[in-house]
Amino acid sequence: MLTLIVFTPLLAGVFVLCMQREQLNAIRRAAFFLSLIPFALSLDMLLGFDATNGGMQFVESFAWIPQFNIRYQVGVDGLSLWLVLLTTFLTPLVLLAARSDVHKRLKEYMFFMLALETGMLGAFVALDLFLFYVFWEVMLVPMYFLIGVWGGARRIYAAIKFVLFTMVGGLLMLVAILYLATHAQAGQPSFDLLHLYDVSLPMEAQRWLFAAFALAFAIKVPMFPLHTWLPDAHVEAPTGGSVILAGILLKLGTYGFLRFAIPLFPVAAAEATPYIATLAVIGIVYGALVAMVQPDLKKLVAYSSVSHLGFVMLGLFALNPQGVMGGIYQMLNHGLSTGALFLLVGVLYERRHTRLIAEFGGLWKQMPKYAVCFLIVMLSSIGLPGLNGFVGEFLILMGAFKAQPWLAAVATSGVVLGAVYMLWMFQRVMFGPLTNPANATLPDLSSVERAVLIPLLVMIVLMGVYPAPFLSRMEPAVTAYLARIEKKMAAVDAPSAMFAKGAVDP
Amino acid sequence: MIAATPVAWLVLLPVLLLTGTALLVMVTDLWMEGPDRDGLGWLGIVGLAVTAVASITLWNQGETGFGGMMSVDRYALFFNLIFCLAAGLTLLMSMSYLELTDIRVGDYYTLILFATVGMMVMAAATDLIVIFLGLEVMSIAVYVLAGIWRRQLRSTEAALKYFLLGAFATGFLLFGIAMLYGATGSTTLNVIAGHLAKAGGEQRMLATIGMALLLIGFGFKVAAVPFHAWTPDVYEGAPTSITALMAVGVKAAAFAAFTRVFLHGLAGLSGDWSVVLWGLAVLTMTVGNVVAVLQQNIKRMLAYSSIAHAGYLLVGMVANGENGGSAVLFYLLGYALMNLGAFAVVMALGKRGEPNERLEDYAGVGFRHPFLGFAMAIFMLSLAGVPPLVGFAGKFYLFAAAVKSGYIGLAVIGVLNSVVSMYYYVGVLVQMYMTEGSADVPSPTTRPYLLATMLVTVIATILLGVFPSGAYEFARQAFLSLG
Repeated sequence: MLTLIVFTPLLAGVFVLCMQREQLNAIRRAAFFLSLIPFALSLDMLLGFDATNGGMQFVESFAWIPQFNIRYQVGVDGLSLWLVLLTTFLTPLVLLAARSDVHKRLKEYMFFMLALETGMLGAFVALDLFLFYVFWEVMLVPMYFLIGVWGGARRIYAAIKFVLFTMVGGLLMLVAILYLATHAQAGQPSFDLLHLYDVSLPMEAQRWLFAAFALAFAIKVPMFPLHTWLPDAHVEAPTGGSVILAGILLKLGTYGFLRFAIPLFPVAAAEATPYIATLAVIGIVYGALVAMVQPDLKKLVAYSSVSHLGFVMLGLFALNPQGVMGGIYQMLNHGLSTGALFLLVGVLYERRHTRLIAEFGGLWKQMPKYAVCFLIVMLSSIGLPGLNGFVGEFLILMGAFKAQPWLAAVATSGVVLGAVYMLWMFQRVMFGPLTNPANATLPDLSSVERAVLIPLLVMIVLMGVYPAPFLSRMEPAVTAYLARIEKKMAAVDAPSAMFAKGAVDP
Repeated sequence: MIAATPVAWLVLLPVLLLTGTALLVMVTDLWMEGPDRDGLGWLGIVGLAVTAVASITLWNQGETGFGGMMSVDRYALFFNLIFCLAAGLTLLMSMSYLELTDIRVGDYYTLILFATVGMMVMAAATDLIVIFLGLEVMSIAVYVLAGIWRRQLRSTEAALKYFLLGAFATGFLLFGIAMLYGATGSTTLNVIAGHLAKAGGEQRMLATIGMALLLIGFGFKVAAVPFHAWTPDVYEGAPTSITALMAVGVKAAAFAAFTRVFLHGLAGLSGDWSVVLWGLAVLTMTVGNVVAVLQQNIKRMLAYSSIAHAGYLLVGMVANGENGGSAVLFYLLGYALMNLGAFAVVMALGKRGEPNERLEDYAGVGFRHPFLGFAMAIFMLSLAGVPPLVGFAGKFYLFAAAVKSGYIGLAVIGVLNSVVSMYYYVGVLVQMYMTEGSADVPSPTTRPYLLATMLVTVIATILLGVFPSGAYEFARQAFLSLG
């Protein structure tokens, strides 16, 4: 089941790649409809998901590289379930949006998008560290092409920067994975995540390993001060690339903390919490302040991502049920809201070929449907009650206040700042007189654009007014997750004999 | 006193088969007329295939012959397969390449086959003198091959450089062999290993000096920094197909002997050489990768990248033990596939009179020749170590062995080097897919042999990357047959 969900996009991509280059409409249609298959499959999985079970479900496991005890092992639990759905939900929308924003090499664009989906889904469901690493790195390649081929003027610089930043973190993590797998216990190496959860490591090793994992994930999140690749990548990427990047790819960083860095090395994580939480709060405030002064809409949204992901990190590192659930919920929210924001910015860019806020003004009169969509998405992004963003931010702040009241207090100011820059931006773009004559003829949303945006708006409202079904499926997993961490922290400093062998490096 | 040992025909079987093929090609060349000489190439490929099959059938019956001077253990057979693969694909892609040059076909094919014979002798040799013999058989053939495109000045220059420096390195190697003979009274690896286990004082010192001299000789052949200076010039100047053979076959043969001598024969000195190799590995990886970033010519870039790959392989040797050795063998196999493929693409881009070897010549190729671009992208990403391609699997095994043996620092330096290498490999992709170019290149489909080479290597690069465990198991068994 999971294997099918993970690999159908890739197969669909290969199928699209084999089509005739000239049949643009056929390619669009095929890619879109084929991408609905994994979505349907994942909905089916959602129906079969046991909401009371906090453990792994739909597990599939086969030997892959027996000499190193590497297994092809996948499964979902309440932590990853919704991220899988987010991925399968957003990808068809992005492919549909490609109707208006991709003008060259459509076939290859569709292929890379679908291949990227396979990489992301695989990373979300992998339960073997080696397998996870493979998916983690595989994602780089399509994203690199998406930015580099279909991006803006400085796309090559942005693409290479993205690849190099991510690779530095990823490869150091690989060394950590190797160390963990070969040294964690006597005898056979093991890459099995569920097994490694139960291994307790001495402090010294935990600190180093946590540092390596945390670096990789922090780059991906991206946490301040490792965020510099993000605005470049976002601004240069095509609209679809930005949506996927912000909507899903960044979640892999926070998911990595949730799934690997924290539960594998909980004591080191607890030690690092003050620093990480501080960086997260700096990210929240810094991201918001920088977003405020951006003249470019897309950059504004990109920096707002830095701010929002700071909230997610703050929640995850609160290490209590509210914080963690809020963090996961906020990951989904950010995927939907920011994805929608990038799509909306893309709509404007499509029409005017500029994203400068100063170029617009008074658009409400000209494009009322567009303005209403934008309004809802923007309000969700700043966390208006009744929309999804509120639920996540509320839970996170609740958890954070329990864990670190002072940091939470500062973070709250980020909420205010978020409202400031968003509302100010909205006002400058939408209200006032229609000053720029170039905007006087802009058409309102087309039917395709509406078809892309409406599912997102529905989800934004649904998750805001009725969060129960989402939260209830997370809760058992979060409880089990925190219990495991607690147990492991209690059992700390039982040094395993393997680590007594020091390093041999001269 | 020379005892008459019975001739161990089985030990010689692969070597004899291939020598026979080489002679046959040489003689047939005399009777062939007309411009179409593909038949000679096919004859060579058939001979290589037969040799490979013979090697596979010997897998379960390792045998030592000539008083312990040669052995067809699984180790040698594994390398035989790499050599047959490398030489076979070189022949295959040459058939499309030679029509663009004025290279004499018959000599060319014969020399490639003789070079392969030398490689096989090197891998099977369990005696330093026989290793030397194999090395010379291989090297002399390759010296000539490097300069075989006589109208090209740079080809001649490459041959001369390679020959002079190669002779120099051979001197070091011989001197080292002499020292080891002086220390232990034998040139046979088993005997040397036995002596070193209990040697002390002066003997040990002499052996250590011998070991250091051997290290220089092998370091030259595998192009390890600081013995690498010849590589870029020779790789650039030689005909591209020969560059491929040098980067893959010669390097694998040198590593075959290098690994056997150090990990088996000189295991008693591992305390001494592992420190030196550690340093060499770091230097080789770093210099190779950093200088590769600066290259504008694709053949020079691949030359420096092959230096860097020698550095990764040294990591496996430092890691020692079962994991390290098996990783080296597996890596050489994967490296052969992806590098041969990359050179095939380089050849496909050239046309008569215009080698198109500058990076700018790759501008826009990705979309104008989708398969060519796709193949090159796969090779570049695999060389950079992106999963799930064979280059990643190879690096994974190497670094896993290093980490397992406690060389964490070395593994970290290795992965940071991979990041640097990503920069220049991706640079090729940038040219191919992200810049508009106008270079007009004949489509590879018009040259079926090149296309076939690329197809084989692309498929193998992907397959061995996704399912590496079978090949790794072979490599492990091969390595375990040592000693």
